[in-house]
Amino acid sequence: MSRIAARFAQLRAEGRGALIPFLEAWDPDSATSMDILRGMPGAGADLIEIGCPFTDPMADGPTVQFASIRALKAGAAMTHTLAMVREFRRDDNETPIVLMGYLNPIDSYGVERFCTDAAAAGVDGLIVVDLPSEEADLLLPFARERGLDVIRLVAPTTDEQRLPLVLDGSSGFVYYVSITGVTGTRTASAADLAAAIPKVRKVTDLPIAIGFGVRTPAQAAEAVRHGDAAVVASALLDTLSGSLDEHGRATPNTVRLVLDQVRSLAEAVRSARLTA
Amino acid sequence: MNQTLLPNSLRTGPDSRGRFGDFGGRFVAETLMPLVLAVEQAYKAAKADPSFQKELDYYLKDYVGRPSPLWFAERLTKALGGAKVYFKRDELNHTGAHKINSCMGQILLARRMGKTRIIAETGAGQHGVATATVCALFGLPCTVYMGATDVARQSPNVFRMKLLGAEVVPVTSGAGTLKDAMNDAMRDWVANVESTYYLIGTVAGPHPYPMMVRDFQSVIGEESKVQMREAEGRLPDVAVACIGGGSNAMGLFHPYLDDTSVRLIGVEAGGHGVDTDQHAASLTGGRPGVLHGNRTYLLQNDDGQIQEAHSISAGLDYPGIGPEHSWLHDIKRVEYVSATDTEALEAFKLCTRTEGIIPALEPAHALAYVAKLAPTLDPEQIILMNLCGRGDKDIFTVAEALGVTL
Repeated sequence: MSRIAARFAQLRAEGRGALIPFLEAWDPDSATSMDILRGMPGAGADLIEIGCPFTDPMADGPTVQFASIRALKAGAAMTHTLAMVREFRRDDNETPIVLMGYLNPIDSYGVERFCTDAAAAGVDGLIVVDLPSEEADLLLPFARERGLDVIRLVAPTTDEQRLPLVLDGSSGFVYYVSITGVTGTRTASAADLAAAIPKVRKVTDLPIAIGFGVRTPAQAAEAVRHGDAAVVASALLDTLSGSLDEHGRATPNTVRLVLDQVRSLAEAVRSARLTA
Repeated sequence: MNQTLLPNSLRTGPDSRGRFGDFGGRFVAETLMPLVLAVEQAYKAAKADPSFQKELDYYLKDYVGRPSPLWFAERLTKALGGAKVYFKRDELNHTGAHKINSCMGQILLARRMGKTRIIAETGAGQHGVATATVCALFGLPCTVYMGATDVARQSPNVFRMKLLGAEVVPVTSGAGTLKDAMNDAMRDWVANVESTYYLIGTVAGPHPYPMMVRDFQSVIGEESKVQMREAEGRLPDVAVACIGGGSNAMGLFHPYLDDTSVRLIGVEAGGHGVDTDQHAASLTGGRPGVLHGNRTYLLQNDDGQIQEAHSISAGLDYPGIGPEHSWLHDIKRVEYVSATDTEALEAFKLCTRTEGIIPALEPAHALAYVAKLAPTLDPEQIILMNLCGRGDKDIFTVAEALGVTL
């Protein structure tokens, strides 16, 4: 069983949803982001999503773009992101890690070589934002062969006719983009989620993670009442960027503030089913 | 659009996945995918509906002012001393550039789709002005994304757009040029999927845009074929156009792709020189990758990060190129060369003084190459160049480059 499947099976047995916090690799520098990554499981992360820096993250809002820019300025490259995962795996062989990124850096690395190296480093799944089902054949065979889950995005614009196509070949979990809009801008209402998630459940048995616009502990709790996991990205990046000094460098508070926020999100997610 | 094509025609692309060879496609997030498919369906239906073409023809003739003239540039020809040089004068269109050809087609499509709001990206501002113009004509609200750097260097066009009622949003991410404007336009589209039509200005973006914009711009090449036959009784030996994203070039070249006697030459922006890192020549200095919805040649580093383009011309300042150009480059049907900022400025002055036409800095790049090529050809040979925009918008940039304070 893959780490992702094992983790969701374990959580189902516990009767609770998952928290998936996000960090951008090398934001704002290699050591700080490694410390955040290492600290996340202890702070309550059930799975972890790592962003691969890209100059032009079109589906993300300004918060993720600034994180990307900070990381690239620090010298981030795809090999560094994979090295972070390799290092993380020395002490943690259970917490699933999903890489989120855009196609061009993967394409430039070489799709097949990337899948091989990512799997060897201990990556469990891939989210390639600008690779819709219509183009996914360039990644799927290589990813599948190396046991990497390809996690697909489902959006409010994805109608019921299109859903089976979008989910074809997807594994691990389904990432439900809860708003029409870029990351970190709006928030879906409980009613929106209550209407949307059952439609996705009808076509798949995979766990459903809800992301885009999940910022607060209350929103994360709401997300796991409808879905199986809450992804929080922009809110954590805002905390990180707010902790930097005037030159954009990490301060002694950076790691602690981000992990404290992960902790409070995790508490809300863990108690969500009980209060529902 | 309506002629029968030869079985081995180069004009049949793209395939059903929106690909020209390995290039093109639909690399967008799932949120946008249903919209992109809806545009494709709507365009297919419009293309099959004679009343759509009839409506477009009406606006192109009586509003845009088509056909644009074919002009024999006699004094320029003499000055260069070689092949005869003809200009296809798309700078005489309403709004002063070729951009309106595609804007008119796309806004009629947006209306058919029942969209109530238009967004666009712009570099030099010509596409923004053309979009704001058709939006004013049809009474639709319009938001134009423009890099902050371009807002500063193209202030006359910014003011024009505002006069026309458009909202101009300066984009500060990246270098604040066309690439960044396109990122933000796509973000707006994702956030306003129900109401909004994204009116892309060039032959790039996800399928069907490269095909659709090419089809609307092909009026340039189609008209020029008829006009060349009237003027000279034959097709030109060479057709030349400048390339940023490549819409004017695609519009000129496409009708000639199967006419193997016609050499086709695209001129990219060489900036400070293609051997420096300050240029916008994606085919000469880039390699294939994926950006803004399509696979094409891109300026990028070893890690697949997109690099900033540089050109004196805001309209050519883009690190990619339309995917059909990438394919035509690989199969060697079109030759792609480059002209530097300095060469374009010289050509700008040459055109102004010999023909009394102030060209935009974009076609000045094409002319820079024509100025090199013409003297090497015989006097009975013919070069057709697309003069795709007028230079009023560039006088401040040119003055600065020439050290003149206005």
